Order: sequence, then C-alpha cells, then structure tokens
Amino acid sequence: MQFGLSDSQQLLKENARKFFAAECPMASVRRLMETGTAYDQALWNKMAEQGYLGIIFPEEYDGAALGTVDLIVFMEEAGRALLPGPFFSTVALAAAVLNEAATPEQKKKYLVPICRGEARATVAILEAGASWDPANVRVVCANGRLSGEKLFVTDAAAANFILVAARDGVYVIEAKAAGIRIELMDGMDLTRPQYSVGLSKTPAEKLGNSSGLARGLEIATAALVAEMVGGMQRTLDITVEYAKTRKQFGKPIGMYQAVQHQCADMYLETESARSAAYYAAWALEENTPDAAAAVSIAKLYASDAGRTVGNRGIQVHGGMGFTWENDVHLYYRRAKASETMLGDATFHRERLARLVIDAQDALAKSA
Amino acid sequence: MDLNLSAEERKFRDEFRAWLEANVPKDWPEWREKPLDESFDYLRAWQRKLYEGGWAAVSWPKEYGGRSATLMEQAIFWEEMARVEAPPMANSLGLGLIGPTIIAYGTEAQKKRFVPKILSAEEIWCQGFSEPNAGSDLASLQTEARLEGNVYVVNGQKVWTSYGWIGDWCELVVRTDPSVPKHKGLTVLLMDMKSPGVEVRPLRQMTGESEFNELFFRDVRVPVENVLGQVNDGWNVAISTLMHERGSYGARLHLLFKRNISRLIELSRTFRRNGHPAAQDPLVRQKLAQCYAEIEIMRLNQLRAFSRITATGIPGPEGSIQKLFWSELNQRVQQVAQELLGPYGQLIKGDPHAVDNGIWSYGYLRTRGNTIEAGTSEVQRNIIGHFVLGLPRSY
Repeated sequence: MQFGLSDSQQLLKENARKFFAAECPMASVRRLMETGTAYDQALWNKMAEQGYLGIIFPEEYDGAALGTVDLIVFMEEAGRALLPGPFFSTVALAAAVLNEAATPEQKKKYLVPICRGEARATVAILEAGASWDPANVRVVCANGRLSGEKLFVTDAAAANFILVAARDGVYVIEAKAAGIRIELMDGMDLTRPQYSVGLSKTPAEKLGNSSGLARGLEIATAALVAEMVGGMQRTLDITVEYAKTRKQFGKPIGMYQAVQHQCADMYLETESARSAAYYAAWALEENTPDAAAAVSIAKLYASDAGRTVGNRGIQVHGGMGFTWENDVHLYYRRAKASETMLGDATFHRERLARLVIDAQDALAKSA
Repeated sequence: MDLNLSAEERKFRDEFRAWLEANVPKDWPEWREKPLDESFDYLRAWQRKLYEGGWAAVSWPKEYGGRSATLMEQAIFWEEMARVEAPPMANSLGLGLIGPTIIAYGTEAQKKRFVPKILSAEEIWCQGFSEPNAGSDLASLQTEARLEGNVYVVNGQKVWTSYGWIGDWCELVVRTDPSVPKHKGLTVLLMDMKSPGVEVRPLRQMTGESEFNELFFRDVRVPVENVLGQVNDGWNVAISTLMHERGSYGARLHLLFKRNISRLIELSRTFRRNGHPAAQDPLVRQKLAQCYAEIEIMRLNQLRAFSRITATGIPGPEGSIQKLFWSELNQRVQQVAQELLGPYGQLIKGDPHAVDNGIWSYGYLRTRGNTIEAGTSEVQRNIIGHFVLGLPRSY
C-alpha cells in the first residue's frame, strides 16, 4: 500500500508547476480575467503541446491515457496557479463525460478535437431550480431539437460545443447552432465565467450512452476538489509568507498564537481535503464499491474547507487581505464559485447519507 | 499511488487474522463493562497470549521480540484487532511508548532487563511526565533528582499518571541540573514503583472515574544504572516518547470511531425525533454524514502520513496533525450523539432509561479530555505553526 504520488506522478506535478509558473503567472491571470472569457489561445496551444488537454483519454482518441489520479495531480497544480479559462470545463467536465457517455464515432467527432486542442466544450446541467440532481432536469428534446434554459454553464462563450443534460439523456449542441442564446451571468469568480444558455428548437445529437453521465460527473467532481486543494495550498503559502514578514508590535505577526493557530488550521484543512481528493481519484480509477461515497466525502469537505481556508487567509492578512491588489481574494472568489459547483456540502452530505444511512449494507461493506 | 495491499501486507494480514480467529477470547463483552482493576488480570493474560504468538509488539525490531512491521502493517494489525473487537493489551504504555524509547535510548543491560517483561506484561509501566505546575510547559517540571554516590534521590510530584495504581515501573522525567536552561537539565529515570517513598493516590476526573493517579516522591532512591539515555539529555528522550504517543495512537482510534458512527447510524434508524425515526430528519442526516466523512478523512490522513514517513524515513510532526484532528473530531461526534439522543443523551450508566447503558453520556464527558491529554490542541497548533509551517516560535 502506498498512499502517495508515484515517481511519474511526482514528475507530472513538478512539470505542471514549472509550466504554469512560466506560462500562467499571476500577471497573466489578472490580464485574462479582464477579457470576458478568460480564454487565451496561445496558452491553450501550449497546453495542447504538453498533452494536458487529453490527459486521461485513450490514445486512440489522441489522449495521453493517464489515470484519474494523474488528472487530480495536474488539477491541483492548475488550481494553485488559478488557471483561468475553459480547461476545467473542457477537459475535466465535458471530455470526461464524452469519454463515458459517447459512442466511438462520437468520440472521434468530439473528443479527438478536444485532445488535439482544436475545440473547447462545457456541460450544461443546472436550470432555474439550481439542482444537481439529474432527476430535476426539465429541458426536453423533441424531434432532435432541444428547448429550455440552462443556467450557470461555465465557459460557454469559449466553447465550440456544449453537452446538455435533458430529460431523456445527454445531447451535444454546436455553440453556433440555431436557436442558442448565450449570456453572461456575472459572478464572483472572474477567472471562470458562467453563462445562461437559452435553447429554442436547437438541433442536437444524443450521446449513445447517457448513463455514462454519472461517472463523468464523478470524475469531474474529484478533479474540481483537487483544483480547490491547489487553491487552498496557494492561499496557505501566501498567508504563511505574509505572517513571517509582516511586523506589528515589533514582531512578525506569525509569532502570535492567534495568527499561528489560524495558519495551523488552514494547514489541517488543506491536507485533509487533499487526502480526500487523492482517495476519491484512486477509488474512481479502481472502481471501488465506495467510489461515489469517496467523491461526496471529498466534495463536502473541500466545499467547506475551501471557504474557511480563504476566510482565515484574508483575516491573517489584515487590511492587505481586503485589497484588490492582494491575490488572496482571487482564490477566495474561485473557492466560493467551486463551493456550489457540482453540488455544495449540503448536497453531498445528503448524497452520502443516502449511501451510508439508507443503504443498510453499505456500512457493512466498508467496515 | 496504490492503496491495494501488497503481497507481503496481505500475507501479514492473513496470518494475523487466522491467529486471532483461533485465539481471541470470546467472553470479552462480559468483561468490557467492568472497572479496569477487576479486568486487569484478564487483559494481562490476553497480552501474554499475544506475546506467545509473537504479536504483542509488531512494530518493534525482531531482535527485541517484535516483527519489524512496517507502518502499514501496524495499521493492518490495529484494524484486525478492532475487526474482531479484541480486548486491549494490559501494558499499553509499555508496548506503545516506553518500550520503543528504551529500545532507542537504553543500554544493552537495560534492554535485556526491561524489554522482555514489557512484552509479556509481567511488568506494567506508567509514565511520570506532567506535574501540577508543568503541563503544556513540560520542560519547566520541578521534580528533582540529586546525585548521592551511586543513586539519584528523587523528591517531587507527578500528576495524570495512567496505570499508576498498577504500575511496576515508571518512566520518570526529573530535573538533575537546576542551573542550566530548563530543557537542558532534565534526565529520564526508570523507577521501580515499589521503591520506598513512592506514594500513589487516585485522581478522580470529571467522568467520576479514576483512570489516572497522582504520584508523590519522598527521598526515593533510584540507582544511576537506571538513567535512560544521557544525564541531562532527558528532554530528547521524553520527546521521543511523546512522538510515539501522538503518532501511532490515531491509527488505533480509527476503528473505535468507526464503531461509534456505525452505532449512531443504527440508532438513528429506530430512535425517534419529532415523531419520526431520526434518520429521516434532514439535520440529523447532515450531521451524521459530516461525522462519517471526517472519520474517513482521519483514516486517509493517517495512511498518507504513514506513506510519507515510510518514503522519507523521518517521523515528522504528522502526529500533531493527527492528534489535533482526532481529538476535536471525537468531540464533534459525541456532540452529534447528544443531539440525536436529546434528553436521553445525559443519562448515565445504570439508569434504566439510558441508551447503550450510558456510553454516550460517558463519551461526551470523557472526550473533553481528548483535546487536553497527550498535548493540548493549543500545543499541537503551536507545533504545526512552528515545525511544519516555519513560523517563529511563539513561546
């Protein structure tokens, strides 16, 4: 048993960190977040060259065929860099769903261009009721055309196509198809914009195996948690550095226990979220019986911890933490948006309750 | 990353599982409820059986009667023990903390003299660390040992001593040089509890029990050959013991926690709240799920720490992180139990209306001590702040 990164995973992590340091420093993040879509073609091309866009997908679709744990390792670094733009929506969300729910022909048509860096995509699930439970989806398909409205669709304006959850399955629509209206929903997170997507008799292609949506979303959720962990780690690092250098009453503020204990709690929460994210990824990779529970455990914990780590980080920074100039609030905004994305802590606690309280044999199995 | 058991780990598990099936006593549930002084000989006999099977101290080096088990194998050992609800071992401090310290710092003669009888539970050990005026600031302790020829003469007082009432020997931290800074003048002595001048008194705690003792020393004579490690290097020896205390204990606790949450979930299905089974109450469901999740995360943190220590060979401050996490989690779980049970939660052992014979009221009170014993949460946060995050020392 070895619950740490393998040598190749460690290498992937180091390379990703170097890549983001060179290609996506905070100055770029701040520049991109002012652009509306936060999408940068040059950065996208470089990510394609590195093989990051096809990271977990089969080689026959031009992917790099790595495992879910490798995806998590990479997402952690992306979160640490606060990578702006549609990487998460395209690779961890849309491509993960395609890989699970599309026919081989559909994968050639939609997954291959993603892996090659030629297309961006996203997934539309939420509607006015803002429920992550697919049973609450109202959008319907009639005669091969979708009608209704999707909300909170991340990176829709940068997408070439959008996967849409409808009542009877998952559909693909071209972003430029007839009857689509994409409008910005102005939110806190400036690095990952969200949109409403209005559909009026929009031509759509149904994916061959819509039941694959569930597993695709599990992978996306684990990836999102890893991204959140990267943001928490960066917030912790910035905060500890500040506590070591900022002086009040003649001493570094990090010498005061009131400050030090905030940092210790940030560390505990970050490490705990990381343990949960790694395990969820491994459980998905191995298809263990507790994989769904592991994903919910990771997301419920990270949803709360992402917020509290940010709260503590801002508090330790004092007045500086409340300025636009300081980077902590950018991570905080991302954390707040990620907190509800793919289900908040309350949603995942209820999902876990169904697995471990209502299903009586579940506990026996995992005990 | 590979969380499957390796072939060696599986072999270790299967071997121990088979041994347990043949040897674990079946009548432990009848004994579990009894006070420790009544069940102590039972626990001693159980440890003796483990010792004879070669299972009493799997983490110890083979040459000292252990199995040189890896950290993962140790985790497997405790999981298997918990799986069959095996009784604890009588000499738990000797096996878990003091034996390893003697193996690390002791002379050959000391190892030969003390280690086998720790394993066999022939000699029970206790720990003389905390004092009335030296809790978190352990290094300020005042119990003094004056060298007179070939013996140290000990005077002073210790408190919060587990197993003091039954202990044959004590790992005692004393001040041997009051003229140097506080950390530098300490020495660890191995003290015979039957020495003249040792007085043991029970210390009644807020649960009503007396798990702990106070020890009083009046001119107690300890021969110099019973110094453990170097004279005036006692701080390092004591820290080594404390690292064991904070590190490995979490692994053993996980299954106890798992039993607690399983039982609470089971209770929630039948226990009624506002006219319905509590398991149908959305707030109860949220809280049980949160506890379940955090108990699982406690296990995962421990496994990650073990992997890290195995890879780097350095037992770091992971123990502090674990201690902080489990102690505060245990309090949260007990609070959820109280909320689930409502007014029944406060009923104590023996009351005919008490749920599970009062274990939840006991657990609630007992867990107040969790964030204090073995280093307070404040001390653990200081350790994380300074030793993990590199913040300046605050005290």
